Amino acid sequence: MSTISLHDTHNHDSHDDHGHHKETFLTKYIFSQDHKMIAKQFLITGIIMAVIAMGLSILFRLQLAWPDKSFPILETFLGKWAEGGRIKPDFYLALVTIHGTIMVFFVLTAGLSGTFSNLLIPLQLGARDMASPFLNMLSYWFFFTACVIMMGSFFIQTGPASAGWTVYPPLSALPTAISGSGLGMTMWLISMVLFVASSLMGGINYVSTVLNMRTKGMDLWKMPLTIWAFFLTAILGILSFPVLVAGVVLLIFDRSFGTSFYLSDIVMGTQVLPNEGGSPILWQHLFWFLGHPEVYIVIMPALGISSEVISVNSRKPIFGYHAMIYSLIGITILSFIVWGHHMFVTGMNPLLGGVFMITTLIIAVPSAVKTFNYLATLWRGNIKFTPAMLFAIGLVSFFISGGLTGIFLGNASLDINLHDTYFVVAHFHLVMGSAAIFGMLAGVYHWFPKMFGRMMSSKLGYLHFWLTFIAAYLVFFPLHFLGLDGVPRRYYAFTEFEFMQKWLTVNVFVTWAAIFGALAQVAFLWNFFYSIFRGKKAPQNPWGANTLEWTTPVEHLHGNWPGEIPTVYRWPYDYSKPGAEEDFIPQTVPFSQTMSSNMPHDFEGDVESERIQREWEANNKAADDTEKLD
Amino acid sequence: MSLRKFISNKTIAALAVIVTAFASTSAFAQEAAAAKPVDMGPVYKSVIFYTMAFLLLCLFIAIIGKALKVYELTREAQDKPKGINWDTVNGVLFALFLIVGLYGVYWEYTVHGNMILPEAASEHGKKIDQMFNITLIITTIVFILTHIVLFAFAYVYRYTGKRKAYYYPHNNALERLWTIIPAVVLTVLVLMGFLTWRSIFYKIPDPNNKPLSIEITSSQFAWAIRYAGADGVVGVKNYKLITSENALGIDFKDKNTLDDQLAEEMVIPVNKPVRLILTSKDVLHSFYMPHFRVQLNTVPGMTSYFEFTPTITTEEMKTKTNDPKFEYLFLCAKICGEGHYKMQRKVRVVSQQEYDTWVAQLPTYLTDDLRKQFNMPVTAAPATAPADTAAKDTSAVKTNQIALKK
Repeated sequence: MSTISLHDTHNHDSHDDHGHHKETFLTKYIFSQDHKMIAKQFLITGIIMAVIAMGLSILFRLQLAWPDKSFPILETFLGKWAEGGRIKPDFYLALVTIHGTIMVFFVLTAGLSGTFSNLLIPLQLGARDMASPFLNMLSYWFFFTACVIMMGSFFIQTGPASAGWTVYPPLSALPTAISGSGLGMTMWLISMVLFVASSLMGGINYVSTVLNMRTKGMDLWKMPLTIWAFFLTAILGILSFPVLVAGVVLLIFDRSFGTSFYLSDIVMGTQVLPNEGGSPILWQHLFWFLGHPEVYIVIMPALGISSEVISVNSRKPIFGYHAMIYSLIGITILSFIVWGHHMFVTGMNPLLGGVFMITTLIIAVPSAVKTFNYLATLWRGNIKFTPAMLFAIGLVSFFISGGLTGIFLGNASLDINLHDTYFVVAHFHLVMGSAAIFGMLAGVYHWFPKMFGRMMSSKLGYLHFWLTFIAAYLVFFPLHFLGLDGVPRRYYAFTEFEFMQKWLTVNVFVTWAAIFGALAQVAFLWNFFYSIFRGKKAPQNPWGANTLEWTTPVEHLHGNWPGEIPTVYRWPYDYSKPGAEEDFIPQTVPFSQTMSSNMPHDFEGDVESERIQREWEANNKAADDTEKLD
Repeated sequence: MSLRKFISNKTIAALAVIVTAFASTSAFAQEAAAAKPVDMGPVYKSVIFYTMAFLLLCLFIAIIGKALKVYELTREAQDKPKGINWDTVNGVLFALFLIVGLYGVYWEYTVHGNMILPEAASEHGKKIDQMFNITLIITTIVFILTHIVLFAFAYVYRYTGKRKAYYYPHNNALERLWTIIPAVVLTVLVLMGFLTWRSIFYKIPDPNNKPLSIEITSSQFAWAIRYAGADGVVGVKNYKLITSENALGIDFKDKNTLDDQLAEEMVIPVNKPVRLILTSKDVLHSFYMPHFRVQLNTVPGMTSYFEFTPTITTEEMKTKTNDPKFEYLFLCAKICGEGHYKMQRKVRVVSQQEYDTWVAQLPTYLTDDLRKQFNMPVTAAPATAPADTAAKDTSAVKTNQIALKK
């Protein structure tokens, strides 16, 4: 606590005396310890990684759509990986692997949590900065290094890791099994360790900031849902990521020091390997113990953001604020005991399969509650379709579509025939891929004015939304049916199987839709980077929102608020409150200034306040009556 | 705002040059086409063509943006109400998306939905299909209803500026309702799934209908199918014994191995339970028989088992699917390396009679070469080799060659 209070004093000092604040380019933009700048660093790195990963997906979609065609341009760029203009099978697997890794970890974990937790936790809670700005800076630089190492694996002789993003050993442990399991896999593992370190530093910071540094009046039940989501996500990350590191360390041992944690009874060709007593299943347990919470680490911040965006733009309080929080808590707890549903058919004891099926389908309940609450929030709203709102509605749609197919996959019996088919690909690309990306984009459009002090073009935003929304459904909806026909995922080509021939035309269609969707992102990239420099200057509170971040000055300053940090009096969702003059009442407005719109339950049982309110109402009524008589 | 600046700055000049170049190229192409037909094939294959087309599209969008801006500014200057109400536009688009989307879903269900696997060809598969259909019906109803609600709300409650939103922070009864209903539905699904799952993996053995044991060994990138032979028991193997001749590492000290047979395809009699013994030689693979709703990973160092009963013969399925070329198969569903997409074997479901004749002429795994290697008498015991020695030898050599190819 002492460090925190010290830090606070320091900030007060610097604000009272702006002249002492000398920032060089290096401290302001590169090794910044300001949470807003770190948020932007995470965001821009995340966007760059997303563009790269999207590019990789287009490459393998090209292969799937036109397995026999040659694209000379590919050879120009990829060299020996695409000899004769055709992607090679092992490089195809590398593309799939790195696409998944980047999207899940670098974009949707670091890019999403890193950006918005960093930006919003201090701003929405009324703190000058994170609990430990230095740790926060380190968190970004570990993440950045992890990105560089991951991308570096494209420039080595044996190529990047190619055992799938789940890197199941023995495939990932034996360089003789696939070329990507050589140096590429080592780099993947090092990158992952750095990434987890980054994620932990971030997570510890988020949790301690939320718990210790809220402004006066901001009790836990007055926090916006965004903060609740980031807070619980950080807890999930702190508890599950170390398990991945444990798994990774054991895999490094198996690969480099000849241990047998995951390896046993293996013969490569006719060469009998000495490893005995290990089990590949162990890796799967360790990986999915992180891996399943990970999908909630990805989706919960997106849900938090969309709660905020939907409420603001419907001009209505979020429906069932408490239920929303309890659902998040429920998801957080349950997500630790469902990992086995990724392993129904791995040969794991079938008894466990039954247990994991039960826990898995229970987790659908809080998810369903959240969905219905979103719908209830829209009901009789006054919906302003800002680009952020469009993306938030898109998220709800994807969350429903992808969530429902989870009921199939969570059922162990049905999973037997759906496991590792395109049905799974379609499921998670909708529920965690598209939904989380839409949450992230909603956040970018919504808080861009806060981040850069300028507005993005809403018309380009509309174009971006509609093209992306349509493309995402065109890409992923048909894939369900490939899965129902028993087409396995991660197949380099469908040409070897008679029964897959009929899906070739669908593949061409899906690839075109993917290209179309990828090009639509140009609208976003242009809009984003152009608006940073040339966008219209943002007003103080462009969306008419209640939360604290909109009380900070548009021009950023270190410490967020020029004077004292504002005090919070009410929950963040007083939109369109009957009796109020405007359709929003910021959290900083005390009840004494809104006598006409106060409701009995606003006072949470405070007798004195209730008495004052009653008195005021009685007086007011009398005054009204006299007016009428006149 | 942004677009206006964009138009006025230098990038537009660059774009104009590109467009002119593009236009003149196509003009030339047209001229040339007028003279004699030109092969446009290489043009359509060139990256430049698509880049140009995309830039042109961007320019087109920029012009539209600019036009919209001019229009709005004019309205503003003339003190007229806003020209385009984007809330209405987006609301209407959501309504349209709903209608077109619903049709799209219908189209997908009926067209692509007809291209999926035929009915399950195994006993437990029927239960799985039944569960699948129930789940599909429930989820489709929820899917359609929630989407109608979502997009209809987006359309109906779009911003008009004429009314205030309804302050409705919570309703405990409603929230309880939509917690309990999904919970109940899911409980039913869980129970059904749980019972089905148990019935698949916890089989009560029927002494009168003993399962046929078949061992599957996966390796990069091939499958080996071993039948138990006359004794009905698949003999012991040990990975340490694997050599180029003894590709599966069969331990011939175990008498049960002597009559084991290696097959090119999996042939199984209809209505007889089959017990699969799944093993892997190198990395993880997944034994997947989509038509029978059978899947289990093959794990090095661990043996796993799956028991199922085929109910429809290949011939029957040919008539059912109306496809004379129909064949059952099994394939690999777990990423296992660069040849992952090729791992497959044919499966034939036949009558007991056909099976008996087929299995009788299967060569034994134990060949003369192996006998020499393991210091066993070269003349085979008559009980284990019903087929004549010469024929057996050639086919056995063939099998071994295939084993070596792995």
